[in-house]
Amino acid sequence: MIGIVGYGSYLPRYRIKVDLIAKQWGADPEAIKRGLMLYEKTVPGQDEDTITISVEAARYALQRARIDPQKIGAVYIGSESHPYAVKPSATILIDALGIGPHVHVASYEFACKAGTEAMYVAYSLVKAGEMEYALGIGADTSQGAPGDALEYSASAGGSAFIMGKEKVVAEILFTHSYTSDTPDFWRREHEFYPRHAGRFTGEPAYFKHIHNAGTSLLEKSGMQPKDFQFAVFHMPNGKFPQEAGKKLGFTKEQMEVGWISPWMGNTYSGSSPTGLSAVLDVAKPGDKIFMVSFGSGAGSDGFVYQVTDEIEIVRDLAPKLRDMLDNDKIYLDYGEYAKFRKKIILNE
Amino acid sequence: MISPRYHREVAQRYRLEAGKCKQCGNISFPPRLVCPKCKSKTFETVQLSREGKILTFTIIRVGPDKFSKETPYVVAIIELFEGRSSNDGVRLTAQITDCDVNKVEIGSKVKLVFRKIQDEGKSGLHCYGYKAVLI
Repeated sequence: MIGIVGYGSYLPRYRIKVDLIAKQWGADPEAIKRGLMLYEKTVPGQDEDTITISVEAARYALQRARIDPQKIGAVYIGSESHPYAVKPSATILIDALGIGPHVHVASYEFACKAGTEAMYVAYSLVKAGEMEYALGIGADTSQGAPGDALEYSASAGGSAFIMGKEKVVAEILFTHSYTSDTPDFWRREHEFYPRHAGRFTGEPAYFKHIHNAGTSLLEKSGMQPKDFQFAVFHMPNGKFPQEAGKKLGFTKEQMEVGWISPWMGNTYSGSSPTGLSAVLDVAKPGDKIFMVSFGSGAGSDGFVYQVTDEIEIVRDLAPKLRDMLDNDKIYLDYGEYAKFRKKIILNE
Repeated sequence: MISPRYHREVAQRYRLEAGKCKQCGNISFPPRLVCPKCKSKTFETVQLSREGKILTFTIIRVGPDKFSKETPYVVAIIELFEGRSSNDGVRLTAQITDCDVNKVEIGSKVKLVFRKIQDEGKSGLHCYGYKAVLI
């Protein structure tokens, strides 16, 4: 049996309400909330970035896995906000958590699906017998240009998953990926904010890739939507994942637990992985979970998980996602948010 | 350029590695070459607990240039829950982050977290280490 042996998530405490962003740019907050189904989003502290978020998420994953960090043979972090252009984020993470130095690390980048890329490669290396454990992380401090539609959703957070063969919490039964050259969203070298193609990011990009990866995954597994207790999709906003899931045949009830974007925003590479984390916090042994990520550019990774008895042992060994999402929040006004996100030009 | 010094302190700043005297058991953080209690020179490496309590603190309202945009912030002396009694634990100095500075109190329980401490200018290293949050 190969799958997740430990999982952990981390969300910053800071939040900004969608109303304040709308007010700043003269937009109608009710129309934004109704249209995008977003109410507030996480904001990284001034001393937080993809590396610090990854470290805390991975620390929680290690607490649940209860393994010697030295046994981890690979660490991959997927993000589009790696603090360094040249220097893998995981070089810092391994030293913080006592992993390695006999370990393979890499930074992945594929818009919002870099996290599931990291998870897929970590899983595949364990499956190939190359190593006992591998760690895959999706984390971001997402960028959205001031006044752009992305500013309502781009948030911060991440999740970490240790893959292994023993004491598996959620077995990975099937995977499937679907990728094409679809220029719906990109960021050129040295540019601070990403660009996107407006409504083109919907049907030809998000919905097409999620649907094709999802239908192929169902075919490959021989399962139907009704066979799953939970379904998680990439959450660029609150509305898209509900529509994509419905089109594949999933119900609102199946998607409810992993649908956290209305209060978290879009944590980009940490989006669907963090939805999965929220599901694992409540899933029962035997439950099946359907998950499809999406990354602009564009591609989707699909996974079918089956939860094991081990979940009951590890669940309470680290903070749960919903507790982090709902409690101890510090709300910022737009000025503080602009300062935190370095949107204000300062003298050197 | 603080890169070499930063690299040398990674074990302490990232993993809270301390030196425990093999002769008298005293823990030094950061590690020392000679035990300040028994003068022994043999140590084993131990990893400190990440939880403790605030012994005393100050609120920085006028910070040094690098931190002037982060004021007000709290810097505290923290005693970790490490020793044989609550009063002989290891002490360290750290910033208390993610907090309302007016709600920090002596005796508050804290947890050490991994955060960015400073940047080496616009193109230099990001320097990471420990800060504390209230629990």
